[in-house]
Amino acid sequence: MSPQYPDTAPALVVDNLRKTYSNGVEALKGISLTVQPGDFFALLGPNGAGKSTLIGILSSLVNSTSGDARVFGVSVNRQRSAAMRLIGLVPQEINFNQFEKPFDICVNEAGFYGIPRKIAAERAEKYLNELRLWDKAQMQARTLSGGMKRRLMIARAMMNEPKLLILDEPTAGVDIEIRRSMWQFVSGINAAGTTVILTTHYLEEAESLCRNIAIIDHGAIIKNTSMKRLLATLDVETFVLDVAAMPGELPTLPNVTLRRRDEHTLEAEMARSHDLNSLFATLSTHGIMVTSMRNKTNRLEELFVRLVEHGRQELDHHGVERAA
Amino acid sequence: MSNAAANLVALNTLIRREIVRIVRIWTQTLIPPAITMTLYFVIFGKLIGSRIGSIEGGFSYMQYIVPGLVMMSIITNSYGNISSSFFGAKFSRAVEEMLVSPMPNWVILAGYVAGAVVRGLVVGILVLLIALFFTDLHVLHPLITFASVLLGATIFSLAGFVNAVYAKKFDDIALVPTFILTPLTYLGGVFYSVNMLGEPWQAISRANPILYMVNAFRYGVLGISDVHVGWAFVVMIGFVIALSVVALQLLKRGVGLRS
Repeated sequence: MSPQYPDTAPALVVDNLRKTYSNGVEALKGISLTVQPGDFFALLGPNGAGKSTLIGILSSLVNSTSGDARVFGVSVNRQRSAAMRLIGLVPQEINFNQFEKPFDICVNEAGFYGIPRKIAAERAEKYLNELRLWDKAQMQARTLSGGMKRRLMIARAMMNEPKLLILDEPTAGVDIEIRRSMWQFVSGINAAGTTVILTTHYLEEAESLCRNIAIIDHGAIIKNTSMKRLLATLDVETFVLDVAAMPGELPTLPNVTLRRRDEHTLEAEMARSHDLNSLFATLSTHGIMVTSMRNKTNRLEELFVRLVEHGRQELDHHGVERAA
Repeated sequence: MSNAAANLVALNTLIRREIVRIVRIWTQTLIPPAITMTLYFVIFGKLIGSRIGSIEGGFSYMQYIVPGLVMMSIITNSYGNISSSFFGAKFSRAVEEMLVSPMPNWVILAGYVAGAVVRGLVVGILVLLIALFFTDLHVLHPLITFASVLLGATIFSLAGFVNAVYAKKFDDIALVPTFILTPLTYLGGVFYSVNMLGEPWQAISRANPILYMVNAFRYGVLGISDVHVGWAFVVMIGFVIALSVVALQLLKRGVGLRS
């Protein structure tokens, strides 16, 4: 059945969603967020922050305690089947029958969405090919490598050609080459119009791919903005400089803190507004030749750690106040 | 595509997947019951049965136990198929493929039940074919025979599904067959007529649902039964309805499946 949804509706509206598990753990504390159609949206947070619970609710694997989520205007609570037709899910854990063949896994998945077998077979061939798994299509899935299994889950999620693709840490434990090929594929899907929501612990992935971001911690959204705006708030950056030779005494510069890591490595912590030319000029004057340079940490990682730590300090502070 | 057509495709997919599973592991699904029942025919039917002579209605003991043994293999295989297949899907988390799909709960239930019924029927036919090596059999009432097989397989498929929903480990799906299903089957008139029992055992036996399935099937094949065939069908249909309601409720509430 072709899904009916308003063209103007956001890809996802999460409205005051709460989840308290039967053991009393409050995983989501009334979160709200909106994802626009065509967006590549990062949902980040430390382990246990509530990301997987939120994804579980969106994919109907977890029942919410209150609130609702609407996918292209279709309520997950009230119109579950219609909402599920719009979603493709790549879960964190491998969740296919490992004794089945990749081709059958994909074709059966399409069947569950009511897609006739002939069309399903064509799509399985298309997506297994695009994810470089076609030569493994008739092998038992358990014989695939970890990276192949992850790609198979992406191929499977594409079988209903979803409007909203949710990727829950899809590259965990995958080598860099496969990770890049996966992102190439997902970027292509996004460019073709599919809205993508991504959770990952590789923050450089989120920084390079996503246009908007929400950071979730302790079941609450602590930041929800565009990637550009978030990165602009980063006021200090630390660079690692590989140097050919280093004098005994390091030069001093205003607004720059220089630290010696070892005989051939320096760290320079500086305000983002500070220009790099004056740093290089000063180092050159002191006979320090820089051979290469890189960011100490990814910019988003820097912000992420700060935001989460800040959130925890706030929480501790309030906790102390309440206890007092 | 309409909702009904989409559901039909989903149902076909599930049934097909279950049948492929049965065939893929045929050494576990089809061969063991055939061997077990052959042993029953040899030991109980041939060796011991030849000393018993005719048991009821002028039928030899072998002829008498064949319908019971066929029904017993149908019941245990339907139950075993669905409980291991659905629990296996839960254990490997492959069940999530179905739970996140638009498939309604009744399609999931019907797909698994149909797969289990197919295994029950295939095993039943195999056992019946083996029985023909030991004795002559003529099906007296084909419609009653087929209906009783279908209902018996459906009842125990549904029961196996409920068991799998509640099961948390593989031991849990072995407990019910060992401690409930097997005793009920042996006490359900497979090897003897309940009329041979004194009271209160006869009355107690009539509370055993398997008694009605075995006797309905025996009536279909041989034309004899310890219970009224009409009642047997009422009991079986009642169980199908009750277990379907329970299974659908469990799926709706997401017991053991959704958090």
